[in-house]
Amino acid sequence: MRVPPALLAGAAGLALVLSACTTDAPDDEAAEGAGLSPDEEWFDQEEFDTQLAQRDITPEGDPEQPWLQAIEPEWTDTGEFASDDPGEATVCFSNASVSNPWRVTGFITMEQQVEALQDEGRIGEFRVSDAADDDNQQISDIQAFVDAGDCEAIIISPSTTATLTPAVETACESGVPVIVFDRGVNTDCMVTFIHPIGGYAYGADAAEFLVDELEPGSTVLALRILPGVDVLEHRWAAAQTIFDDSELEVLGFEFTGGDGAQIKDLVSQHLQRGSVDGIWMDAGDGAVAGLEAFEDAGQPYPVIAGEDELSFMRKWDEEDITAIAPVYSNFQWRTPVLAASMILAGEEVPSEWVLPQEPIREEELQDYLERNADMPSLHYAKFGGEDLPGFPEAWTDR
Amino acid sequence: MTAPASPTPSAPPPAPGADGRRRPPLGALSSMPRGGTATVALILLLIFVVIATQNPSFFEGPPLMGFAKKAAPLVILAVGQYLVIVSGEFDLSVGSLVGAQVVIAARLIDGDEAMTWPVLALMVAFGLVVGLVNGLVTTLLRVPSIITTLGTMLVLFGAVRFWTGGAPTGALSEAFRVPGRDGIENVPFLHQIPWALLIAAAVVVGGVLVMRSPYGRTLMATGDNDTAAAFSGVRVWSVRTLAFMASSLLATLAAVLIGGYAGVTAQVGQGLEFTAITAVVLGGVVLGGGRGTVLAAALGALTVEALFTLFNQLYLPSTIQPAAQGLIIIAAVAYASRRGELRLPGRPRRRPDHPTEHTLGSSRR
Repeated sequence: MRVPPALLAGAAGLALVLSACTTDAPDDEAAEGAGLSPDEEWFDQEEFDTQLAQRDITPEGDPEQPWLQAIEPEWTDTGEFASDDPGEATVCFSNASVSNPWRVTGFITMEQQVEALQDEGRIGEFRVSDAADDDNQQISDIQAFVDAGDCEAIIISPSTTATLTPAVETACESGVPVIVFDRGVNTDCMVTFIHPIGGYAYGADAAEFLVDELEPGSTVLALRILPGVDVLEHRWAAAQTIFDDSELEVLGFEFTGGDGAQIKDLVSQHLQRGSVDGIWMDAGDGAVAGLEAFEDAGQPYPVIAGEDELSFMRKWDEEDITAIAPVYSNFQWRTPVLAASMILAGEEVPSEWVLPQEPIREEELQDYLERNADMPSLHYAKFGGEDLPGFPEAWTDR
Repeated sequence: MTAPASPTPSAPPPAPGADGRRRPPLGALSSMPRGGTATVALILLLIFVVIATQNPSFFEGPPLMGFAKKAAPLVILAVGQYLVIVSGEFDLSVGSLVGAQVVIAARLIDGDEAMTWPVLALMVAFGLVVGLVNGLVTTLLRVPSIITTLGTMLVLFGAVRFWTGGAPTGALSEAFRVPGRDGIENVPFLHQIPWALLIAAAVVVGGVLVMRSPYGRTLMATGDNDTAAAFSGVRVWSVRTLAFMASSLLATLAAVLIGGYAGVTAQVGQGLEFTAITAVVLGGVVLGGGRGTVLAAALGALTVEALFTLFNQLYLPSTIQPAAQGLIIIAAVAYASRRGELRLPGRPRRRPDHPTEHTLGSSRR
C-alpha cells in the first residue's frame, strides 16, 4: 500500500484538530474550579483540622532549640533501651536519598549533630546507608542493619510509606529502638516518629497567604512538582480546600518536575493568555525561574508562596515581592540523632514527636537572610545548625 | 523560526553514498526534499494552526519569541543528535551532559562574574572530552553506541551527584545567563529577538553547511553503509568520533542556553536525550543512519516543542509528555521505515554489527 506523505500528515493533523476540539470542553470546566475539591485519596478532613490547629499550639521546650520542641507530646519510657556505654553504641541510619537540595542540607546538619554527640560521648559509631530513592534498596539496607546485629538504634527516613512499612516492622522486631522521621509508615512499632506538623499545614500556610494578600477575583496559578507523592499531595489538597472557600480564581495547576526551565515556560505561557496575580507552589524549587517569567514578560511580580530556600528568599528581598516562605522544617534532621542519644540514655521521648513548622514571613525575612548570609543559594534558611561544630564551613563548602 | 510553514524547496543535499534513484511521482508534495522535511513541516504547520485556534495571541510576536527562546536548546541538541544518528550511531548522553555542564558551571562560577569566561572554556573542553570518549569507545573498542552513551549518561549522572553531594550548589553569573535569557531589545512588533534564536539559527545553518561539505558527505556515506565507506577510503572511526564530539559540543552550547534561560535546578537536563531523539526521528531522520536532513531534524525539534506547548494550552498535564514522546518515536520510525521499504525495494539493510574496517588496498575481502 502506498500512502503519500501529504495524506498521512493531513490525517495526523486532522486527528490533532479533532482531539483538540473534543478535549476542549471538559478542560475548560476543570480550569474553572471543578478541580478544587481535593482528591479523596489524599484528603483526610480530621488530619487536616488537626494540623491546622497544631499551628496555633505553643510547643513544649526551648524556643531557641526548635529541633527539641514538641507539640502536645505523649512521653514514652525508653528505660529498656538504655545503654551501659552510649559512647560505644552504634547508631545506624537508613536514608531514603540525598536527591534534592532539601535533603542534602538536612543530611549535612545531621552529620554535624552526630559529630557533636560523638564528642560528648553520647553516641558511638554512626553508620549510614543511602537508598537513592529506591524502595527495594532501602528494604535491603534495613535488613542488612538488622542482620549485622550490632546496631543499637536504627534511624529510618522512609522513601515511601506503604512499601517501607514491613521493613520498619522487621527492624522493630529485632528488638532495637527504631526512630522514623520525615515521611511516615503505617505502623506504630517505632519508639518515636519525628516530623514537622505536615503537608496540610504547609499547603494551608501558602494558600491562606494568597487569600489574604490578593483581591477577590484575582487569578492564582498552582505549580506542583509531581503527582502521587503523599507529602506533596497533602499540600495541594489543603490548598484546594482553602481556595475553594475563597473568592480567588484558580487558573489551574501544572506539574513541573521542579525543573526551572519547565516552570519558566509554563508560567510564560499562562502570562501570554492573561494575567496571573498569585503563584502557589507545593515546594519552592525553581520559584525564581517562575518569577523571572514575569520579569521577561514585563509584568508585575505576583504574590507568591515559595519555600525557605535561599535563592527564593534573596529574590524576595531584592525585588521587594509580596511573598511568604512556608517551611517544611529542615532542622528535623537533627532530631532523630538527638532522640537516639536520649533513648540510649534511657530518657523519655515523645512517641509522636511533632516539631514546630512556622512559615517565614516578611518581618522575619531580614533576620533569616543575615543568619544565612554566607550560605549557598540552594540552602534552606531554617536548617537550624548555627550552634553545631563545623558551622558555617560544613554547609558553605558542600 | 516564524516561517517553518514553507519548506524550502532549495533542498538539502541529496544523500551521497545513498541511492541515486529517483522517487516515483506521488503528486506535488513528492517533489519536496527527501528525508521527511515536507511531512514534518506540515505537521508543525498544523500544530501551529491548532495553537492559533486555542490562543490567537500566540503569533503576536513576544509569545512567539518566547517559544523560540524555549525551543532553541532543543533545536541545537537535535542538530547534534542528527550528526550522530546520520552516521549510524546514537548519543544518549546529551541529557546528562547538559545537566552536568549546568551544575559544573553553577558550582565553579558561584555567582562570580569574572569566572564566566574561564568556566565557559572549561565547559567546552569538558564537552569535547566527553564526545571524544564516546566516539573512541564506540569506534575503536567496538562497543555499540547505544551502550557506550548509556554508560556515559549514567557515569555523568552519578559523577555529578557524587561531586555535589546529591544536589547542585552555587549560582550562575549574570553574564553567563545573557545568551539564554536576553536578546536584542526594542525590536518593533517582536519586542525582543532572543540571542538563543539567533544562536540556534546559526547552528542550523552551520549544520546544513557541514552536511554539504566533504565531511558531511562522508558522514552520510558512513551511516548509510560503513563497510562501503571504509572500502572507499573513509576513516570511519575518525568520522564518527568527530560526530560524537560535535554532538557533545552542541550539548554544551544547549546547556549554556538552558542554564541561562532558567538558572540552575536539580532536574536540569533530565530526559533531554529522548526529547532530542524524538525530534530527530520526527524529522524523518532514519535511525541506523544514512538518510535525513539537518533542516528536518531542526523542524522536528520545533514540532516537539510546539506539541508540548499545545498540550499545555489544552490543559493536559505535563506528566503526559513522556508517553506522547514514546508514541511519537514509535510512529515516526514505523512511518519512516515503511516508507523506506516502499521506496527502496530490495535495498540491503545495513548489517547491525560493526563491520570490520579494512585498510585500503588490502586484498582481503
